[in-house]
Amino acid sequence: MGKTLAEKIWAEHIVRSAEGEPDLLYIDLHLIHEVTSPQAFDGLRLTGRKVRRPDLTIATEDHNVPTLDILKPIADPVSKLQVDTLRNNCKEFGVRLHSLGDVDQGVVHVVGPQLGVTQPGMTIVCGDSHTSTHGAFGAIAFGIGTSEVEHVLATQTLSSRRPKTMAINVNGKLKPGVTAKDLILAIIAKIGTGGGQGYILEYRGEAIRELSMEGRMTVCNMSIEAGARAGLIAPDQKTFDYIKGKPHAPEDFESAVAYWSTLFTDADAKFDVEVEIDGDALEPFVTWGTNPGQGLPLSANVPSPSDFSSETDQVAAKNALEYMGLTPGTPLKEVKIDTVFLGSCTNGRIEDLRAAADIVKGKKIASTLRMLVVPGSERVRQQAMSEGLDKVFADAGAEWRNAGCSMCLGMNPDQLAVGERSASTSNRNFEGRQGKGGRTHLVSPQVAAATALRGTLSSPADL
Amino acid sequence: MEKFISHTGTGVPLRRSNVDTDQIIPAVYLKRVTRSGFEDGLFSAWRSDPEFVLNQEAFKKGTVLVAGPDFGTGSSREHAVWALQNYGFKAVISSRFADIFRGNSLKGGLLTVIIPQDEVEKLWAKIESEPTTEITVDLDSRTVTYADVSLNFELDDYTRWRLMEGLDDIGLTLAQSDSIDAFESKRSTLKPATLPIRA
Repeated sequence: MGKTLAEKIWAEHIVRSAEGEPDLLYIDLHLIHEVTSPQAFDGLRLTGRKVRRPDLTIATEDHNVPTLDILKPIADPVSKLQVDTLRNNCKEFGVRLHSLGDVDQGVVHVVGPQLGVTQPGMTIVCGDSHTSTHGAFGAIAFGIGTSEVEHVLATQTLSSRRPKTMAINVNGKLKPGVTAKDLILAIIAKIGTGGGQGYILEYRGEAIRELSMEGRMTVCNMSIEAGARAGLIAPDQKTFDYIKGKPHAPEDFESAVAYWSTLFTDADAKFDVEVEIDGDALEPFVTWGTNPGQGLPLSANVPSPSDFSSETDQVAAKNALEYMGLTPGTPLKEVKIDTVFLGSCTNGRIEDLRAAADIVKGKKIASTLRMLVVPGSERVRQQAMSEGLDKVFADAGAEWRNAGCSMCLGMNPDQLAVGERSASTSNRNFEGRQGKGGRTHLVSPQVAAATALRGTLSSPADL
Repeated sequence: MEKFISHTGTGVPLRRSNVDTDQIIPAVYLKRVTRSGFEDGLFSAWRSDPEFVLNQEAFKKGTVLVAGPDFGTGSSREHAVWALQNYGFKAVISSRFADIFRGNSLKGGLLTVIIPQDEVEKLWAKIESEPTTEITVDLDSRTVTYADVSLNFELDDYTRWRLMEGLDDIGLTLAQSDSIDAFESKRSTLKPATLPIRA
């Protein structure tokens, strides 16, 4: 019987396997940032261990860094200590670091692909759950905890059991105006936040093939919100074209493409589970609740707890509606928004900024809200500025910021106030995620832009 | 790592599903560079509510958290495990855990125990009516026992052995250095490297 793509890549990376034990898996690329690494480097120091492969390791500053005044010392002393700790650790252990001000500083999952160090057939890990983003290139990429960060630093391997495999078949074509973000939100709403637990997802089908690399990254990025540590897409010509010309693209590109072209799920391979999604039927999607599975088409009304069958879901909906301050039956399009956040590892790439800029160009955002535009990396920021997008956003009344995770997780000063409501292109609408008491609706960049203009949740078609 | 063989303590009922890692510990608490002191951030948004279970006198000394399904969803932050441990929890019982959280907990010596949701409901009812009920989580026999109830739970032999011996994974892997060397000697030269830096 044939193998799935995930099974092929996994098998190629097994250093050692033994009956009853987890596989020892080789790691091709380890991405590091300031928040989940300090205790791991401390562990190395305590035991006198080194970083085994600094040449397969790369670090950047993203989670807690400010997006204003980035060349001044970081104002928050605790954040500053964490960033300084990363800088010292990278220096001491010989790890490449892209710091604030550097063109390759930015959200770690935007930086890897733009440097060309994310390639098909790799195993990629990072102390961050959105590492699944890199699966868009046909890699097994997943988030790990700090103990595992230390393990990878010391050994370049991980001890892990191979997850089961789940195919997400997206048939048909997405309608114009329906984006990768709407697709993944609809998938999560369908299979639930725990639906992917224990699986690697493989996104397949016509609608997936049609997506750009940026769109594929958006889809794979949110695999974790469906409970799956990893999600991937078989590489194709779009993947190869994206990598070509990047700083770390293979020198022997033809041989690399020959290898990458072997990376697909065999026709006779069997997935443990298959899920069918009708791509034609999808519409712009938005979350109404406090987990990413609590989403609906934008044209729907706020649900009522009684709409759900299980008691657990009813209680969860009741809690969510209370936290979100929403009344069942209200059209989602009438929900008033205070802040629009455009950015993050989900939707902070150049294509996302272009899509939103197209919509706000020559118009003004509603006077009742603020809009933050935070490019995913300094390189994305510079590219956008060379295309004049910074001016488009500024003229519309939005704030143009420096790169970082920013309001996606509210670890730096970019936060929602208590009761403030956002339309956010990020990945998590958890209670307090964007600031204590803040309320988050997850949306695509296009919906974010249209919402900014109208002041209520809106799609470009409503303009 | 400290050995985990068996633990007996009282329970804390957390009647919520999808308790994500931002609820367990919000990002603003993740700026520390140590492994300790995270207990102040544990469930911080809920702890301002005097009715929250951790603020109720009857549950203040609990060491076994009993939570709703899909506990630990979201971020990979191991700080969530540290916060629970720093606060004093030794075990978490739920019908479903998120993968990364469960991996982190078992690497770090916080025992996560899976029992069916109907058994979680019964356990909630018991500890809510009698908060002094002692719960024993025993790794040797792979059972949870309280009052006259005894439930088996699954945990693979390897993880159980590692926890009972208090072994850390890095030491175990470094004993396999020859296998890693051998793998690297055959590794494809097509794979990218981050050094030397190419512009």
